[in-house]
Amino acid sequence: MTPDSLGWWGIPLAILGGLLRGSVPFLFVSLGECLTEKSGKINLGLEGSLLLGAVTGYALSFHSGSPWVGVLGAGGAGLGLGAIHAWLVQQRRVNDISVGIAMMIFGGGLANYLGKPYIQPIAPQLPALHWGDWSDLPAVQSALRVSPLLLIGIAIAVSLQWFFKATRWGLIVRAVGESPTAAKAMGFSVARTQTACIMVGAGMAGIAGAYLSLYFPGSWNENISSGQGLLAVALVIFARWNPIQCLWAALLFGGTQGLGPALQSVGIEGYYYVFNAMPYLLTLVIMVATCSPVRSSVGAPASLGQPRPDA
Amino acid sequence: MRMLRSSHLRWRSRLESLCIPVGALLVALLLFGGLCALEGYNPLSVYGAIYQAAFGSRFAWQNTLLRAAPLMLSALCTVLPARLGLIVIGNEGALVLGGLLAAITGIQLAAAPTSLGLLAMALAGVIAGGLWIMVIGALRHFRGVNETISSLLMNYLAIAFLSHMVEGPWRDPSSLNQPSTFLIPDALRLGNLPPSRVHYGLLYGLAACAIAHLLIQRTTFGFAVRTVGGNRRAARMVGLATGKLTLAICFLAGSCAGLAGMVEVAAVHGRANGALHANYGYSSILVAFVAKQNSLTVILVAILLGGILASGSLLQRALEMPDATVMVLQGLIFLVILYSESLYGQIPWFREPRPSDDPSPAVHPPVLASATVTPPSPSGDLHR
Repeated sequence: MTPDSLGWWGIPLAILGGLLRGSVPFLFVSLGECLTEKSGKINLGLEGSLLLGAVTGYALSFHSGSPWVGVLGAGGAGLGLGAIHAWLVQQRRVNDISVGIAMMIFGGGLANYLGKPYIQPIAPQLPALHWGDWSDLPAVQSALRVSPLLLIGIAIAVSLQWFFKATRWGLIVRAVGESPTAAKAMGFSVARTQTACIMVGAGMAGIAGAYLSLYFPGSWNENISSGQGLLAVALVIFARWNPIQCLWAALLFGGTQGLGPALQSVGIEGYYYVFNAMPYLLTLVIMVATCSPVRSSVGAPASLGQPRPDA
Repeated sequence: MRMLRSSHLRWRSRLESLCIPVGALLVALLLFGGLCALEGYNPLSVYGAIYQAAFGSRFAWQNTLLRAAPLMLSALCTVLPARLGLIVIGNEGALVLGGLLAAITGIQLAAAPTSLGLLAMALAGVIAGGLWIMVIGALRHFRGVNETISSLLMNYLAIAFLSHMVEGPWRDPSSLNQPSTFLIPDALRLGNLPPSRVHYGLLYGLAACAIAHLLIQRTTFGFAVRTVGGNRRAARMVGLATGKLTLAICFLAGSCAGLAGMVEVAAVHGRANGALHANYGYSSILVAFVAKQNSLTVILVAILLGGILASGSLLQRALEMPDATVMVLQGLIFLVILYSESLYGQIPWFREPRPSDDPSPAVHPPVLASATVTPPSPSGDLHR
């Protein structure tokens, strides 16, 4: 049976497949950005961490033969870029948004610079869980092929929610994000907390990159990211700084991204680029609908984007 | 007494605002050399190649200036809103739309006389780019949408629109490798400055930077803009129409980037296609930041960065380096320049010895200098 014989049923099925495949990078970057922003800093440069993670993961998987080593290495690359970002934003008069733009250029450039030799070779890929094997339809089988990273991401989302709600460290992070002066008065180091959050956040973006190069689409090239890292900030606003809602947001965006290819598979081709731009348009519409010029967004850390109190 | 002290302070702080960026550039070059050495390239020959390709000959200079022209125009798209306290990075989107609309206008006006046709193309680019960025300003003012994020998203929308148009409705069927619009008529191609192959776009760029400088520094409008940039709430309290100022400055900013798109179409490509968003979007943001959002400094930095961009192909051909090498250098310059911001007032030699009534060390540069040279650092208040 070919996918064509499914007729219009192919569309929801392809969207489901796109959702399960495409949402993982969104999930990781949005959870990373969520953690970063909870501590009161914005990282606009996750795209750079994601790209560097993608190439590091691919290269390490190629050399070591184990894709999981690649995933770890990608996380490490993200941590490294995050450390630079964190150090820079702790300096006086340095604005985190500008650093984010710079990190985006630097990380992307470094990824392409180091990744040149890895465009040709083929690295071992991450395994998949075949949840669709009960069906005879290849379309169903391919739609229900799930990466273990999706499960790990969901686990991280749940535990991050618990971390913020119920742990001492989560409370410290939230305190630093809400009122750095108060946190400082209580004896917590604002700089150290923010540095840890920024680094872990960027590390998760690195893992998102490894997912791209080691699972789907599963190769390294210069256009591997379709802007997942750029959308992280917007996703977190959409998710109201709540890890569980980050999960729903990521699924929604993964589904939107699956829409273009899904329609193409049933022969609607003319608006390929328009459909590909849907996540961006959706984000913009959501931001217009939910932002307000007069009040803070619900759930936003109070000190987010404010200059350092002692600067 | 105060006047005396502030004028006395000036030469040291001026030297500081020259030495710190230049020093930062040198440090970035050193780091870049280290990175090249790590990958097995000889840093000295890399430096040499960059210099040769950027400023080494008359030919190189022309290459550099060709790239500097759109950079100047496009950088103003970040510079002007920054004076108002907004970080707009929608340069690429406005450039792409300006180029597309200019190309469509040019194709439609095939029969028009050259001057009229060029004027119409320029107007199309200016209006398209201007309205595009004005949307960002309007979203910011009326809905509180963070302008950095919305401009980033709108870049992607503009590029998707361009791709859609050149693959579909406006596609020239003969453009196989790179889908493009039809060519604009030869009569509407922008000419070169007589003894060179540098096109008139360079003059547009220089003029736009000069006009922007006069507008910001010498007019009531510019004063109002700088006041809002200094303190938005105070500006509103003294009755400045922040909304109108935001919309106006965003329109001007976008129109410069749109004009850059028109110049690229009319002088370089002759048609609109994906090459429009090849290089200049992010590089021009870098130009704006390195120039510390000063319209005149933009000219200098654009030439410098134009040179770096021009050296990309030689690095690829002669030294077999990846084409992303230039992007790494840009990223490094950007990072080091941002770090160097924190050094102002920290280096003892540049600090004026204070009278004894002020025991605290001079942490901030003189207020006067920071008001005229650097724009206020806009806070990315996502949640407002």
